[in-house]
Amino acid sequence: MSGSSWPLYEVFVRGKRGLNHVHVGSLHAPDDEMALRNARDLYTRRNEGVSIWVVRASAITASSPDEKDPFFAPSGDKVYRHPTFYDIPEDVPHL
Amino acid sequence: MDLEREFERVVAADHRIEPRDWMPEGYRKTLVRQIAQHAHSEIIGMQPEGDWISRAPSLRRKAILLAKVQDEAGHGLYLYAAAETLGADRDDLTARLVEGRQKYSSIFNYPTLTFADVGVIGWLVDGAAICNQVPLCRTSYGPYARAMIRICKEESFHQRQGYELLMTMMRGTRAQRDMVRDAVDRWWWPALMMFGPPDEESANTERSLAWRIKRHTNDELRQRFVDMSVPQAEKLGVTLPDPKLAWNAERGHYDFGEIDWAEFWRVVKGDGPCNAQRVAHRREAHEDGAWVREAAAAYAAMRERAA
Ligand SMILES: [Fe+2]
Ligand SMILES: [Fe+2]
Repeated sequence: MSGSSWPLYEVFVRGKRGLNHVHVGSLHAPDDEMALRNARDLYTRRNEGVSIWVVRASAITASSPDEKDPFFAPSGDKVYRHPTFYDIPEDVPHL
Repeated sequence: MDLEREFERVVAADHRIEPRDWMPEGYRKTLVRQIAQHAHSEIIGMQPEGDWISRAPSLRRKAILLAKVQDEAGHGLYLYAAAETLGADRDDLTARLVEGRQKYSSIFNYPTLTFADVGVIGWLVDGAAICNQVPLCRTSYGPYARAMIRICKEESFHQRQGYELLMTMMRGTRAQRDMVRDAVDRWWWPALMMFGPPDEESANTERSLAWRIKRHTNDELRQRFVDMSVPQAEKLGVTLPDPKLAWNAERGHYDFGEIDWAEFWRVVKGDGPCNAQRVAHRREAHEDGAWVREAAAAYAAMRERAA
């Protein structure tokens, strides 16, 4: 077996204009350019996207699931960030 | 233990386990084995149909077959990527396949003798795969479930092109109709075996159900497949090769005959008509591609040094 394994890339696809890029999966490729070509062949064989991002998996920094409570806590108690926090009479239109 | 309770809570709530979550070692091992075998099946599954690409009877059929076989390669790659999120190594998985240390679905150890086999594979083999795979879209491990969703979307093209191919042949000459019937006779029983051994002999089913890796037993899925296939066969105008096949109004299902489990185990253990050929072909393709992998890696390293 040749041990020359290529690095792992994560693939993100923008489904259509107006949407965010969304993670769709990963693949191996020798370099960025080949990663992009492989991503096209692997994840957009049926017009699933109008734009692709590839990034080396090793370049991603992620929050850890173990720290999920403290890490996301700052947003947990700020209910006033959501529109449903506010009482508006039902007869006020367009709000 | 806290982590274990959290894992069980997530699974019981029908939420998904994600790669960085804590999981029991048995859960991880079961998944790696199942996903790897599934990936290998997609990759080896390219061969029986790939045999007919150069001999397809029209440009239309050739383009369709090429697209389908390319999809199967894609399915294999989605699944290898899902296995890697569990810590499996791609080179190691490939090595296990080409050295015959890990299995793939036995269905691909049967030969494709005529072009009608291409149609029957799409109809029955992809059809059985769909039955197996649709519930896996809700399997408890997130990356596996997401890979299955992509795969299922693509499979419906596979099944429909096969059925359409067979309808076309059935409208053709007597010889073409005979070819279809012969292919159905050869593939029906192996397709039923795709769901695995009967429930009472399936060692891991209970644990996989508890972990919600599997959502239905082998026999449940097999019954569902039989029930779906019988009316399709009638519409096509072929008789499935099972004299015991009959509607059972009481059960609300079709009864069917005894599967030859001795044959199933023989093929699983390596003694099917094409086992050696399939693995040898995959090994050869892998070895023949070594220089491409090395050249691309060398080119990337050179460019990185220059940058
Ligand atoms: Fe597939
Ligand atoms: Fe398929």
